[in-house]
Amino acid sequence: MAETAHSDQPLLNTPLHAEHVALGARMVPFAGYNMPVQYPTGIMTEHNWTREHAGLFDVSHMGQAFLVADDKSHETAAKALEALVPADVLNLKPNQQRYSQLLDENGGILDDLMVTRVGAPGHEGWLYLVVNASMKEQDYAHIQARLPQGVSLNRKDDLALMALQGPSAAAVLGKLSPEAADIPFMMSADVQIDGIWCHVSRSGYTGEDGYEISCKAGDATKLWNTLLADPEVKPIGLGARDSLRLEAGLCLYGHDIDTTTSPIEAGLNWSIQKRRREEGGFPGAARIQREVKEGAARVRIGILPEGRAPAREGTVITTPDGREVGIVTSGGFGPTVNGPIAMGYVSKDVSAIGTDLHLVVRGKPLPAKVAAMPFVPHRYKR
Amino acid sequence: MTTRYTKDHEYIRVEGDAGIVGISDFAQGQLGDVVFVELPSVGKTLNKGDEAAVVESVKAASEVYAPVSGEVVEVNSDLEATPGTVNEDPAGRGWFLKIRLTNPSELDGLLTEEQYQEFVKSIS
Repeated sequence: MAETAHSDQPLLNTPLHAEHVALGARMVPFAGYNMPVQYPTGIMTEHNWTREHAGLFDVSHMGQAFLVADDKSHETAAKALEALVPADVLNLKPNQQRYSQLLDENGGILDDLMVTRVGAPGHEGWLYLVVNASMKEQDYAHIQARLPQGVSLNRKDDLALMALQGPSAAAVLGKLSPEAADIPFMMSADVQIDGIWCHVSRSGYTGEDGYEISCKAGDATKLWNTLLADPEVKPIGLGARDSLRLEAGLCLYGHDIDTTTSPIEAGLNWSIQKRRREEGGFPGAARIQREVKEGAARVRIGILPEGRAPAREGTVITTPDGREVGIVTSGGFGPTVNGPIAMGYVSKDVSAIGTDLHLVVRGKPLPAKVAAMPFVPHRYKR
Repeated sequence: MTTRYTKDHEYIRVEGDAGIVGISDFAQGQLGDVVFVELPSVGKTLNKGDEAAVVESVKAASEVYAPVSGEVVEVNSDLEATPGTVNEDPAGRGWFLKIRLTNPSELDGLLTEEQYQEFVKSIS
Protein backbone atom coordinates (compact mmCIF):
# COMPACT_ATOMS: atom_id res chain seq x y z
CA MET A 1 0.00 0.00 0.00
CA ALA A 2 1.17 3.47 -0.81
CA GLU A 3 1.22 6.13 1.87
CA THR A 4 1.01 9.86 1.31
CA ALA A 5 4.29 11.66 1.91
CA HIS A 6 4.34 14.20 4.72
CA SER A 7 5.85 17.64 4.45
CA ASP A 8 8.84 18.50 6.62
CA GLN A 9 7.92 22.12 7.24
CA PRO A 10 7.45 23.18 10.86
CA LEU A 11 3.73 23.07 11.61
CA LEU A 12 1.64 25.48 13.60
CA ASN A 13 -0.90 24.30 16.16
CA THR A 14 -4.35 25.77 16.69
CA PRO A 15 -5.38 26.76 20.25
CA LEU A 16 -7.33 23.47 20.38
CA HIS A 17 -4.39 21.21 19.57
CA ALA A 18 -4.28 19.55 23.00
CA GLU A 19 -8.03 18.83 22.80
CA HIS A 20 -7.64 17.05 19.46
CA VAL A 21 -4.79 14.94 20.78
CA ALA A 22 -6.75 14.09 23.94
CA LEU A 23 -9.72 13.06 21.79
CA GLY A 24 -7.47 10.65 19.88
CA ALA A 25 -7.53 12.56 16.60
CA ARG A 26 -5.25 11.61 13.75
CA MET A 27 -3.30 14.80 13.14
CA VAL A 28 -2.08 15.67 9.65
CA PRO A 29 -0.32 18.65 8.10
CA PHE A 30 -2.80 20.95 6.38
CA ALA A 31 -2.07 24.45 5.12
CA GLY A 32 0.89 24.71 7.48
CA TYR A 33 -1.09 23.54 10.52
CA ASN A 34 -1.32 20.33 12.46
CA MET A 35 -5.00 19.52 11.96
CA PRO A 36 -7.32 16.67 12.95
CA VAL A 37 -8.26 14.76 9.79
CA GLN A 38 -10.45 12.42 11.81
CA TYR A 39 -11.21 11.26 15.33
CA PRO A 40 -11.28 7.56 16.29
CA THR A 41 -14.78 6.84 14.93
CA GLY A 42 -13.70 7.77 11.40
CA ILE A 43 -14.81 9.98 8.54
CA MET A 44 -17.97 8.10 7.61
CA THR A 45 -19.37 8.17 11.17
CA GLU A 46 -18.40 11.82 11.60
CA HIS A 47 -19.99 12.77 8.29
CA ASN A 48 -23.26 11.01 9.14
CA TRP A 49 -23.30 12.42 12.67
CA THR A 50 -23.09 15.95 11.28
CA ARG A 51 -25.98 15.30 8.89
CA GLU A 52 -28.11 13.80 11.67
CA HIS A 53 -27.05 15.65 14.85
CA ALA A 54 -24.37 18.32 15.24
CA GLY A 55 -20.66 18.32 14.45
CA LEU A 56 -18.03 20.61 15.98
CA PHE A 57 -15.12 21.60 13.75
CA ASP A 58 -11.92 23.43 14.69
CA VAL A 59 -11.27 25.86 11.84
CA SER A 60 -8.92 28.11 13.77
CA HIS A 61 -6.34 27.69 11.02
CA MET A 62 -8.40 30.03 8.85
CA GLY A 63 -7.36 33.66 8.62
CA GLN A 64 -9.41 36.18 10.56
CA ALA A 65 -8.79 39.88 10.04
CA PHE A 66 -10.47 43.26 10.21
CA LEU A 67 -10.48 45.96 7.58
CA VAL A 68 -10.81 49.22 9.48
CA ALA A 69 -11.58 52.70 8.18
CA ASP A 70 -10.01 55.46 10.27
CA ASP A 71 -12.99 57.76 9.61
CA LYS A 72 -15.33 55.14 11.13
CA SER A 73 -17.35 55.11 7.93
CA HIS A 74 -18.71 51.86 6.52
CA GLU A 75 -18.64 53.44 3.09
CA THR A 76 -14.88 54.05 3.29
CA ALA A 77 -14.13 50.45 4.31
CA ALA A 78 -16.63 48.97 1.86
CA LYS A 79 -15.27 50.93 -1.10
CA ALA A 80 -11.73 49.85 -0.27
CA LEU A 81 -12.77 46.19 -0.29
CA GLU A 82 -15.03 46.53 -3.33
CA ALA A 83 -11.92 47.44 -5.34
CA LEU A 84 -10.71 43.86 -4.69
CA VAL A 85 -13.89 41.72 -4.65
CA PRO A 86 -17.02 41.57 -6.84
CA ALA A 87 -19.58 41.39 -4.01
CA ASP A 88 -21.75 44.29 -2.95
CA VAL A 89 -20.08 45.22 0.35
CA LEU A 90 -21.51 48.73 0.48
CA ASN A 91 -25.09 47.57 0.97
CA LEU A 92 -24.31 45.06 3.71
CA LYS A 93 -26.48 45.71 6.75
CA PRO A 94 -24.74 45.77 10.14
CA ASN A 95 -23.94 42.11 11.09
CA GLN A 96 -24.69 40.86 7.58
CA GLN A 97 -22.22 38.48 5.97
CA ARG A 98 -21.49 37.74 2.33
CA TYR A 99 -19.39 35.20 0.46
CA SER A 100 -17.01 36.67 -2.09
CA GLN A 101 -13.71 36.24 -3.90
CA LEU A 102 -10.47 38.18 -4.11
CA LEU A 103 -9.89 38.55 -7.85
CA ASP A 104 -6.79 39.16 -9.93
CA GLU A 105 -6.68 41.49 -12.93
CA ASN A 106 -7.90 38.70 -15.22
CA GLY A 107 -10.88 37.91 -13.02
CA GLY A 108 -9.14 34.76 -11.73
CA ILE A 109 -9.82 33.83 -8.11
CA LEU A 110 -6.95 34.57 -5.69
CA ASP A 111 -8.99 33.24 -2.77
CA ASP A 112 -12.56 33.02 -1.57
CA LEU A 113 -13.61 34.65 1.67
CA MET A 114 -16.42 35.69 3.99
CA VAL A 115 -17.03 39.40 4.55
CA THR A 116 -19.11 40.71 7.45
CA ARG A 117 -20.03 44.28 8.29
CA VAL A 118 -19.28 44.42 12.00
CA GLY A 119 -22.38 45.45 13.95
CA ALA A 120 -20.99 45.88 17.45
CA PRO A 121 -21.31 49.47 18.70
CA GLY A 122 -18.07 51.41 18.49
CA HIS A 123 -16.89 49.39 15.49
CA GLU A 124 -18.38 51.48 12.72
CA GLY A 125 -16.24 51.21 9.60
CA TRP A 126 -15.05 47.69 10.47
CA LEU A 127 -15.30 44.71 8.11
CA TYR A 128 -14.55 41.23 9.40
CA LEU A 129 -12.84 38.93 6.90
CA VAL A 130 -12.33 35.16 7.04
CA VAL A 131 -9.92 33.78 4.43
CA ASN A 132 -8.45 30.36 3.69
CA ALA A 133 -5.59 29.15 5.88
CA SER A 134 -3.46 28.18 2.90
CA MET A 135 -3.83 31.63 1.34
CA LYS A 136 -3.83 33.99 4.29
CA GLU A 137 -0.29 35.33 3.96
CA GLN A 138 -0.75 36.04 0.25
CA ASP A 139 -4.22 37.48 0.84
CA TYR A 140 -3.08 39.84 3.55
CA ALA A 141 -0.15 41.03 1.45
CA HIS A 142 -2.43 41.47 -1.56
CA ILE A 143 -5.03 43.46 0.40
CA GLN A 144 -2.46 45.52 2.31
CA ALA A 145 -0.73 46.58 -0.89
CA ARG A 146 -3.98 47.86 -2.37
CA LEU A 147 -5.62 49.70 0.51
CA PRO A 148 -6.11 53.45 0.20
CA GLN A 149 -4.90 55.89 2.86
CA GLY A 150 -7.08 55.77 5.94
CA VAL A 151 -7.98 52.07 5.72
CA SER A 152 -5.91 49.42 7.43
CA LEU A 153 -5.88 45.64 7.69
CA ASN A 154 -5.56 44.17 11.19
CA ARG A 155 -4.89 40.46 11.19
CA LYS A 156 -6.21 38.73 14.29
CA ASP A 157 -3.99 35.73 14.84
CA ASP A 158 -5.15 35.62 18.48
CA LEU A 159 -8.66 34.44 17.56
CA ALA A 160 -9.92 30.88 17.36
CA LEU A 161 -12.73 29.78 15.04
CA MET A 162 -15.00 26.77 15.34
CA ALA A 163 -18.02 25.62 13.38
CA LEU A 164 -21.09 23.95 14.86
CA GLN A 165 -23.00 22.31 12.02
CA GLY A 166 -26.00 20.06 11.68
CA PRO A 167 -29.74 19.85 12.35
CA SER A 168 -29.22 19.94 16.14
CA ALA A 169 -26.91 22.96 16.05
CA ALA A 170 -29.64 25.51 16.75
CA ALA A 171 -31.02 23.56 19.72
CA VAL A 172 -27.53 23.05 21.15
CA LEU A 173 -26.57 26.70 20.84
CA GLY A 174 -30.01 27.79 22.01
CA LYS A 175 -29.38 26.24 25.41
CA LEU A 176 -26.24 28.36 25.78
CA SER A 177 -27.34 31.56 24.05
CA PRO A 178 -30.91 31.93 22.76
CA GLU A 179 -29.83 35.19 21.14
CA ALA A 180 -27.11 33.48 19.08
CA ALA A 181 -29.35 30.59 18.09
CA ASP A 182 -31.93 32.94 16.53
CA ILE A 183 -29.52 34.67 14.14
CA PRO A 184 -30.84 34.40 10.55
CA PHE A 185 -28.74 32.76 7.81
CA MET A 186 -25.73 34.83 6.77
CA MET A 187 -26.18 37.21 9.70
CA SER A 188 -24.05 37.47 12.83
CA ALA A 189 -24.06 38.72 16.40
CA ASP A 190 -21.67 39.31 19.28
CA VAL A 191 -22.85 37.32 22.27
CA GLN A 192 -21.68 35.78 25.53
CA ILE A 193 -21.61 32.00 25.67
CA ASP A 194 -20.84 30.61 29.11
CA GLY A 195 -19.24 33.95 29.95
CA ILE A 196 -17.07 33.97 26.83
CA TRP A 197 -17.19 36.75 24.23
CA CYS A 198 -18.09 35.20 20.87
CA HIS A 199 -18.78 36.47 17.39
CA VAL A 200 -21.35 34.05 15.97
CA SER A 201 -22.54 33.85 12.38
CA ARG A 202 -25.20 31.56 10.93
CA SER A 203 -23.15 29.99 8.18
CA GLY A 204 -20.90 27.06 7.45
CA TYR A 205 -19.37 24.72 4.93
CA THR A 206 -21.47 21.56 5.19
CA GLY A 207 -24.83 22.47 3.60
CA GLU A 208 -26.44 22.04 7.02
CA ASP A 209 -27.88 24.68 9.29
CA GLY A 210 -25.23 25.85 11.71
CA TYR A 211 -22.88 28.49 13.04
CA GLU A 212 -19.31 29.65 12.88
CA ILE A 213 -18.10 30.94 16.21
CA SER A 214 -15.06 33.12 16.73
CA CYS A 215 -13.58 33.67 20.18
CA LYS A 216 -10.29 34.66 21.77
CA ALA A 217 -7.67 31.93 21.49
CA GLY A 218 -7.41 31.75 25.29
CA ASP A 219 -11.13 30.99 25.57
CA ALA A 220 -11.22 28.38 22.81
CA THR A 221 -10.69 25.30 24.96
CA LYS A 222 -13.46 26.26 27.37
CA LEU A 223 -15.91 27.03 24.56
CA TRP A 224 -14.98 23.84 22.67
CA ASN A 225 -15.59 21.71 25.73
CA THR A 226 -18.80 23.54 26.63
CA LEU A 227 -20.17 22.74 23.17
CA LEU A 228 -18.83 19.17 23.22
CA ALA A 229 -20.51 18.53 26.58
CA ASP A 230 -23.85 18.37 24.78
CA PRO A 231 -24.54 14.73 23.85
CA GLU A 232 -25.76 15.91 20.43
CA VAL A 233 -22.29 17.27 19.58
CA LYS A 234 -19.27 15.29 18.41
CA PRO A 235 -15.91 16.54 17.12
CA ILE A 236 -15.49 16.34 13.33
CA GLY A 237 -12.22 16.37 11.41
CA LEU A 238 -11.12 17.74 8.07
CA GLY A 239 -11.90 14.47 6.28
CA ALA A 240 -15.63 14.73 6.93
CA ARG A 241 -15.50 18.49 6.40
CA ASP A 242 -14.37 17.73 2.85
CA SER A 243 -17.00 15.05 2.13
CA LEU A 244 -19.74 17.27 3.62
CA ARG A 245 -18.82 20.31 1.54
CA LEU A 246 -18.46 18.20 -1.61
CA GLU A 247 -21.98 16.80 -1.15
CA ALA A 248 -23.14 20.39 -0.57
CA GLY A 249 -21.55 21.39 -3.91
CA LEU A 250 -19.29 23.97 -2.25
CA CYS A 251 -15.95 24.94 -3.78
CA LEU A 252 -12.61 24.22 -2.12
CA TYR A 253 -9.99 26.84 -2.91
CA GLY A 254 -6.92 25.50 -4.71
CA HIS A 255 -8.99 22.66 -6.11
CA ASP A 256 -12.34 23.80 -7.54
CA ILE A 257 -11.37 27.45 -7.82
CA ASP A 258 -8.03 29.19 -8.33
CA THR A 259 -6.46 31.88 -10.49
CA THR A 260 -7.30 29.88 -13.63
CA THR A 261 -11.05 30.01 -12.90
CA SER A 262 -13.41 32.96 -12.85
CA PRO A 263 -16.38 33.20 -10.48
CA ILE A 264 -18.70 32.81 -13.48
CA GLU A 265 -17.01 29.64 -14.71
CA ALA A 266 -17.29 28.38 -11.13
CA GLY A 267 -21.04 29.08 -11.07
CA LEU A 268 -20.67 31.70 -8.35
CA ASN A 269 -22.77 34.30 -10.22
CA TRP A 270 -25.11 34.46 -7.21
CA SER A 271 -22.27 35.94 -5.14
CA ILE A 272 -21.96 38.97 -7.46
CA GLN A 273 -24.87 41.28 -6.69
CA LYS A 274 -26.67 43.21 -9.41
CA ARG A 275 -25.11 46.59 -8.65
CA ARG A 276 -21.59 45.22 -9.00
CA ARG A 277 -22.39 43.33 -12.20
CA GLU A 278 -23.67 46.53 -13.73
CA GLU A 279 -21.11 48.96 -12.35
CA GLY A 280 -18.00 46.77 -12.41
CA GLY A 281 -15.12 48.43 -10.61
CA PHE A 282 -13.47 45.22 -9.43
CA PRO A 283 -10.44 43.38 -10.88
CA GLY A 284 -11.27 41.51 -14.08
CA ALA A 285 -14.67 43.20 -14.33
CA ALA A 286 -14.63 43.32 -18.14
CA ARG A 287 -14.20 39.56 -18.41
CA ILE A 288 -16.72 38.82 -15.71
CA GLN A 289 -19.35 41.16 -17.18
CA ARG A 290 -18.84 39.50 -20.56
CA GLU A 291 -19.17 36.01 -19.05
CA VAL A 292 -22.32 37.04 -17.18
CA LYS A 293 -23.82 38.18 -20.47
CA GLU A 294 -22.58 35.50 -22.85
CA GLY A 295 -21.89 32.62 -20.50
CA ALA A 296 -18.44 31.14 -19.87
CA ALA A 297 -16.83 28.73 -22.35
CA ARG A 298 -16.36 26.17 -19.59
CA VAL A 299 -18.31 25.71 -16.41
CA ARG A 300 -18.21 23.88 -13.11
CA ILE A 301 -20.58 20.93 -12.97
CA GLY A 302 -21.59 18.17 -10.61
CA ILE A 303 -20.83 14.63 -11.75
CA LEU A 304 -22.37 11.34 -10.68
CA PRO A 305 -20.30 8.32 -11.70
CA GLU A 306 -22.61 5.45 -12.62
CA GLY A 307 -20.51 2.73 -10.96
CA ARG A 308 -19.02 2.60 -7.48
CA ALA A 309 -15.50 3.80 -8.33
CA PRO A 310 -14.69 7.29 -7.05
CA ALA A 311 -13.10 9.67 -9.58
CA ARG A 312 -10.54 11.80 -7.80
CA GLU A 313 -9.17 15.28 -8.50
CA GLY A 314 -7.31 15.34 -11.81
CA THR A 315 -9.45 12.68 -13.51
CA VAL A 316 -9.87 13.48 -17.21
CA ILE A 317 -13.47 13.91 -18.42
CA THR A 318 -14.37 12.88 -21.98
CA THR A 319 -17.50 12.52 -24.07
CA PRO A 320 -18.67 8.92 -24.58
CA ASP A 321 -16.81 8.96 -27.93
CA GLY A 322 -13.55 9.92 -26.23
CA ARG A 323 -13.28 13.67 -26.86
CA GLU A 324 -11.53 15.30 -23.89
CA VAL A 325 -13.86 17.96 -22.47
CA GLY A 326 -12.68 18.67 -18.96
CA ILE A 327 -11.22 17.64 -15.64
CA VAL A 328 -12.41 16.63 -12.18
CA THR A 329 -11.41 19.17 -9.50
CA SER A 330 -12.88 17.39 -6.44
CA GLY A 331 -14.07 13.84 -6.26
CA GLY A 332 -14.63 11.14 -3.74
CA PHE A 333 -17.28 9.21 -1.92
CA GLY A 334 -20.39 10.88 -0.57
CA PRO A 335 -21.52 9.04 2.58
CA THR A 336 -25.02 10.60 2.49
CA VAL A 337 -25.35 10.01 -1.26
CA ASN A 338 -23.94 6.54 -0.55
CA GLY A 339 -21.91 6.59 -3.72
CA PRO A 340 -19.17 8.39 -5.59
CA ILE A 341 -19.62 12.08 -6.41
CA ALA A 342 -17.42 14.64 -8.12
CA MET A 343 -17.26 18.14 -9.46
CA GLY A 344 -15.19 19.53 -12.25
CA TYR A 345 -15.03 21.80 -15.26
CA VAL A 346 -16.28 20.92 -18.75
CA SER A 347 -16.94 22.78 -21.99
CA LYS A 348 -20.30 24.51 -21.93
CA ASP A 349 -21.71 22.27 -24.72
CA VAL A 350 -21.56 19.17 -22.49
CA SER A 351 -22.60 20.82 -19.23
CA ALA A 352 -26.38 20.26 -19.30
CA ILE A 353 -27.73 18.15 -16.45
CA GLY A 354 -28.10 14.53 -17.58
CA THR A 355 -25.37 14.71 -20.25
CA ASP A 356 -23.47 11.42 -20.58
CA LEU A 357 -19.75 11.69 -19.93
CA HIS A 358 -16.84 9.37 -19.29
CA LEU A 359 -14.36 9.63 -16.43
CA VAL A 360 -10.96 8.15 -17.20
CA VAL A 361 -10.05 6.35 -13.96
CA ARG A 362 -6.75 4.43 -13.99
CA GLY A 363 -6.88 4.37 -17.79
CA LYS A 364 -10.42 3.06 -18.01
CA PRO A 365 -13.36 5.18 -19.21
CA LEU A 366 -16.19 4.91 -16.66
CA PRO A 367 -19.69 6.18 -17.48
CA ALA A 368 -21.01 9.18 -15.55
CA LYS A 369 -23.65 11.87 -15.87
CA VAL A 370 -23.73 15.60 -15.31
CA ALA A 371 -25.73 16.08 -12.12
CA ALA A 372 -27.41 18.98 -10.34
CA MET A 373 -25.65 20.32 -7.26
CA PRO A 374 -25.91 20.23 -4.34
CA PHE A 375 -25.84 16.43 -4.23
CA VAL A 376 -27.53 16.66 -0.81
CA PRO A 377 -30.12 19.47 -0.38
CA HIS A 378 -28.99 22.46 1.67
CA ARG A 379 -30.83 22.89 4.95
CA TYR A 380 -30.00 26.52 5.72
CA LYS A 381 -32.41 28.48 7.96
CA ARG A 382 -33.15 31.47 5.77
CA MET B 1 0.11 -22.33 6.61
CA THR B 2 2.42 -19.31 6.85
CA THR B 3 1.54 -15.62 6.87
CA ARG B 4 4.05 -13.06 5.70
CA TYR B 5 3.85 -9.26 5.49
CA THR B 6 5.34 -6.46 3.41
CA LYS B 7 6.43 -3.08 4.75
CA ASP B 8 3.61 -1.70 2.57
CA HIS B 9 1.15 -3.53 4.86
CA GLU B 10 0.00 -6.32 2.55
CA TYR B 11 -0.20 -9.84 3.96
CA ILE B 12 0.02 -13.14 2.14
CA ARG B 13 -1.25 -16.32 3.76
CA VAL B 14 0.32 -19.24 1.96
CA GLU B 15 -1.39 -22.60 1.64
CA GLY B 16 0.37 -25.04 -0.70
CA ASP B 17 1.43 -23.31 -3.91
CA ALA B 18 -0.98 -20.39 -3.55
CA GLY B 19 -1.43 -17.47 -1.19
CA ILE B 20 -4.30 -15.24 -0.09
CA VAL B 21 -3.41 -11.53 -0.28
CA GLY B 22 -5.01 -8.76 1.74
CA ILE B 23 -4.11 -5.72 3.81
CA SER B 24 -3.23 -5.78 7.49
CA ASP B 25 -5.47 -4.65 10.32
CA PHE B 26 -3.11 -1.72 10.86
CA ALA B 27 -3.52 -0.73 7.21
CA GLN B 28 -7.31 -0.81 7.26
CA GLY B 29 -7.26 1.31 10.39
CA GLN B 30 -5.01 3.86 8.72
CA LEU B 31 -7.16 3.95 5.59
CA GLY B 32 -10.44 4.38 7.38
CA ASP B 33 -13.77 3.46 5.86
CA VAL B 34 -13.16 1.53 2.65
CA VAL B 35 -15.73 2.48 0.02
CA PHE B 36 -14.39 0.83 -3.14
CA VAL B 37 -12.02 -1.96 -4.12
CA GLU B 38 -10.73 -2.56 -7.62
CA LEU B 39 -9.49 -6.11 -8.17
CA PRO B 40 -7.36 -7.55 -10.95
CA SER B 41 -8.77 -10.02 -13.45
CA VAL B 42 -8.28 -13.71 -12.80
CA GLY B 43 -5.39 -15.01 -14.88
CA LYS B 44 -3.37 -11.82 -14.64
CA THR B 45 0.35 -12.32 -14.05
CA LEU B 46 1.92 -10.09 -11.44
CA ASN B 47 5.53 -9.48 -10.55
CA LYS B 48 6.45 -8.85 -6.94
CA GLY B 49 5.76 -5.17 -6.28
CA ASP B 50 3.29 -4.71 -9.16
CA GLU B 51 0.04 -2.93 -8.48
CA ALA B 52 -2.39 -5.76 -7.75
CA ALA B 53 -5.49 -3.90 -6.59
CA VAL B 54 -6.73 -0.47 -5.56
CA VAL B 55 -8.46 0.28 -2.29
CA GLU B 56 -10.31 3.55 -1.83
CA SER B 57 -11.39 5.18 1.40
CA VAL B 58 -13.63 8.25 1.64
CA LYS B 59 -10.51 10.37 1.45
CA ALA B 60 -8.09 8.72 -0.97
CA ALA B 61 -7.11 5.87 -3.26
CA SER B 62 -4.23 3.55 -2.33
CA GLU B 63 -2.53 0.82 -4.30
CA VAL B 64 -2.20 -2.72 -3.05
CA TYR B 65 1.04 -4.27 -4.33
CA ALA B 66 1.70 -7.93 -5.07
CA PRO B 67 3.84 -9.23 -2.18
CA VAL B 68 5.20 -11.99 -4.43
CA SER B 69 5.19 -12.88 -8.13
CA GLY B 70 2.53 -15.16 -9.52
CA GLU B 71 -0.75 -15.60 -11.31
CA VAL B 72 -4.06 -14.34 -9.94
CA VAL B 73 -6.23 -17.44 -9.56
CA GLU B 74 -9.16 -16.00 -7.63
CA VAL B 75 -10.45 -12.61 -6.47
CA ASN B 76 -12.83 -11.71 -3.65
CA SER B 77 -15.66 -10.28 -5.75
CA ASP B 78 -17.81 -9.88 -2.60
CA LEU B 79 -15.79 -6.72 -1.96
CA GLU B 80 -17.46 -5.00 -4.92
CA ALA B 81 -20.80 -4.93 -3.07
CA THR B 82 -19.45 -4.79 0.49
CA PRO B 83 -16.05 -3.03 0.48
CA GLY B 84 -16.48 -2.32 4.22
CA THR B 85 -15.59 -5.98 4.86
CA VAL B 86 -11.96 -4.87 4.48
CA ASN B 87 -12.40 -2.83 7.67
CA GLU B 88 -14.44 -5.42 9.53
CA ASP B 89 -12.36 -8.51 8.86
CA PRO B 90 -9.15 -7.71 6.97
CA ALA B 91 -7.48 -11.04 7.74
CA GLY B 92 -10.58 -13.09 6.95
CA ARG B 93 -13.55 -12.17 4.75
CA GLY B 94 -11.81 -8.95 3.69
CA TRP B 95 -9.15 -10.71 1.57
CA PHE B 96 -8.41 -9.30 -1.91
CA LEU B 97 -7.00 -11.99 -4.17
CA LYS B 98 -5.43 -15.41 -4.38
CA ILE B 99 -2.14 -15.75 -6.19
CA ARG B 100 -0.32 -18.89 -7.39
CA LEU B 101 3.31 -18.30 -6.51
CA THR B 102 5.87 -18.61 -9.30
CA ASN B 103 8.83 -18.04 -7.01
CA PRO B 104 8.10 -19.20 -3.44
CA SER B 105 11.59 -18.19 -2.32
CA GLU B 106 10.37 -14.56 -2.50
CA LEU B 107 8.53 -15.29 0.76
CA ASP B 108 11.87 -15.40 2.55
CA GLY B 109 12.31 -11.67 1.93
CA LEU B 110 9.00 -10.81 3.63
CA LEU B 111 8.32 -10.10 7.30
CA THR B 112 7.06 -12.70 9.75
CA GLU B 113 4.07 -11.87 11.94
CA GLU B 114 6.41 -10.95 14.78
CA GLN B 115 8.67 -8.80 12.58
CA TYR B 116 5.68 -7.04 11.08
CA GLN B 117 4.19 -6.21 14.48
CA GLU B 118 7.59 -4.79 15.52
CA PHE B 119 7.64 -2.75 12.31
CA VAL B 120 4.13 -1.38 12.95
CA LYS B 121 5.17 -0.43 16.49
CA SER B 122 8.17 1.42 15.12
CA ILE B 123 6.11 3.58 12.75
CA SER B 124 2.99 4.22 14.86
